Amino acid sequence: MAGKKLSPEKLREIHALMVEARILEERLIKMNKAGEGYFWIGGPGEEAFAIPFGMLINKGQGIQHDFLHLHYRASATILAMGGESIDSIRQMRAVSTDPYSGGRNFVNHYAIKKWNVVPVFSCIEPQYLQSLGTAHAQREAGCKGITVVTGGDAGTAEGDFASALVWSSRPAGELPLLMIVTNNRYGISTPWEGQHGEKYISDRGTAFGIKNAVINGNDVFEAWEGLESAMNYVRKERKPFLLEISVSRLYGHSSASGAPRWNEEDCIDVFEEKLIKQKVMNKDQIKSVHDAALKKITDAYKQVQKEAFPDPSSIYDYVWTEQNGDKGRDSFAAQIGVDFTQNPPPAEHH
Amino acid sequence: MASLAQAIRMALHYGESKLSVDDIFGQDVGPPLGGAFTVTQGLTKSWNSPLDERGIIGMATGLGLAGKRCVAEIQFCDYIFNTLDLLKLAGNASWSSNGEFNMPIVVMTPVGSGIHGSIYHSHSFDAWAARIPGWKIVMPSTPLDAYGLMLSAIEDPDPVLYLIPKALMRAKGEELIPGEPSSDKELRERIDAPVDPKARVKWKANWPALEYYTVPIGKAKQLREGSDATVISYGRQMSLVTQTADMLRERGVNYDVFDLRTIYPYDWDAIKQSVEKTGRVLFVNEDTEIANFGEHLLRRTCDELFYSLKVRPRLLAGKHIPGIGIHPNLENVSVPQKNHIEQEMIALVEDPA
Repeated sequence: MAGKKLSPEKLREIHALMVEARILEERLIKMNKAGEGYFWIGGPGEEAFAIPFGMLINKGQGIQHDFLHLHYRASATILAMGGESIDSIRQMRAVSTDPYSGGRNFVNHYAIKKWNVVPVFSCIEPQYLQSLGTAHAQREAGCKGITVVTGGDAGTAEGDFASALVWSSRPAGELPLLMIVTNNRYGISTPWEGQHGEKYISDRGTAFGIKNAVINGNDVFEAWEGLESAMNYVRKERKPFLLEISVSRLYGHSSASGAPRWNEEDCIDVFEEKLIKQKVMNKDQIKSVHDAALKKITDAYKQVQKEAFPDPSSIYDYVWTEQNGDKGRDSFAAQIGVDFTQNPPPAEHH
Repeated sequence: MASLAQAIRMALHYGESKLSVDDIFGQDVGPPLGGAFTVTQGLTKSWNSPLDERGIIGMATGLGLAGKRCVAEIQFCDYIFNTLDLLKLAGNASWSSNGEFNMPIVVMTPVGSGIHGSIYHSHSFDAWAARIPGWKIVMPSTPLDAYGLMLSAIEDPDPVLYLIPKALMRAKGEELIPGEPSSDKELRERIDAPVDPKARVKWKANWPALEYYTVPIGKAKQLREGSDATVISYGRQMSLVTQTADMLRERGVNYDVFDLRTIYPYDWDAIKQSVEKTGRVLFVNEDTEIANFGEHLLRRTCDELFYSLKVRPRLLAGKHIPGIGIHPNLENVSVPQKNHIEQEMIALVEDPA
């Protein structure tokens, strides 16, 4: 059976993270609906693959560790890597303590240098191009790090996806790159069926000699096994792998579509049934995991409500690279002739 | 004296051997060609990419995120347009991540007209480039500046777009690059790849002992001193401006002439001081005239130096048409030529105050 080696402790750990990730996303959606944040996009429904993914990453900074070029549905992966729920809530509310963007970007747009999580952006698919660069840097012999890039099914229509297939399989420079496509069968509101003639996206890898597979992302065991096997292949062979993962999209594309609950298979329900059947957890234990996660997220939400919004003058921070702790402002000011002290005083924002 | 192409080649060699540049890449950048303009011949860290501009910029950006210094080439700037969103992403990596990441990359690309390049090998990119915040944009007009600006670009922690006026690729300088042999023949024999394909396969460059020399990003260079009027230009038109200034000097008119060298962040202090001195200013470049970078300089001049002006400030730029026609009759009226520059420079000093 797939995922046999996962111990009961590990399964409980996965479950707790899945539940926390889901409750976090539901809180973020609620915040958006209540006007406490300007836009929501995220990944509820992808936890069964996203949590194992985060746990399997060789986490750290620099080319000896894995580089992650994620898209905006990876909240559960960040959580599994050790990220804090409160930081996503901070980004949702766009407070100055948002560690990923200082109140500048949409929620679930991370940037974590210490774990090689490169800046997530809203554009569809350029992450596949940028992933070529970190993978190329890791191509050198003896390097253990690999690059993993994620994107959705609709985005594979962009030329950038084809570029990644071409570049990662160049005979002059094959890349240690795991390309993950999460297939939820929608591009915003447009169903997959009307736009894609291919049966599986992963089949496109075959033309380039890229090893590929399709797995069920709603099943923790299958996802763990599929991810581990693909990652091991890339890590060992220093060659690309294309992994298509079928997933549910439980709250639609984003807040732009109202984010109502959709009637699709819920991977947490599936997992909990298995945990009960395998006697890893009982119903009471499961309930207490949900209660604990809800309390944690609620406490975090209350904390974030007390935190300050960004100072208007911070717009000039980090246009350019920081030097000597100046947030990039001094050299920028000197070079463009702007006197920051002459800016209008910060206005209160509620 | 080295040509502009040789100067950049030597700078890239300095970069690969002394400044940790591990990747110099793009279409035809590696052997056997070594670049459409020979700029990357003989380099050890150069390699050929697939013919894919988006892939090239994406690769460069990824290398930057991994903390690697690289120089990527887009063979002609006419082919960089489908990468605009990627340039925007590279430019906002630091800002959007609130300083978590920086982007220490260089992208170089030949720009402008002057080689009968027709519609797809004559375009300019300075005005477009100036609209992508987060980037620094440089454009040398002499081999020595080309060398010094490339070293600065490589060392800069932020993305630098290095625009090469392609009409000047073969133009020789008047100053030696530190470490450059004084004999043109010797330099050619040491660093120019043989034309014969068989000989080229075995050929290796015999690099001179090049020295560290930088031109600071953001600093203009004063080429002529005068108090009658100011002319600010860069790139291909620069030498046309200085030639015209020299010719008019004989008629008793003295121009303050500056090579901007950096389009962003541009040297406002140099412009300001000169305009305050002369009260007359002309900006010259060859990009199309609507939303031209010179228009920004005109606007800032009007905003901040209005009461120093004796006459209206002027801009001489390319015509706002979809391309540069291949026949000289077309090209020569599409972008500023020497006669246009002369006409404007004379009109500038003859405008009644």
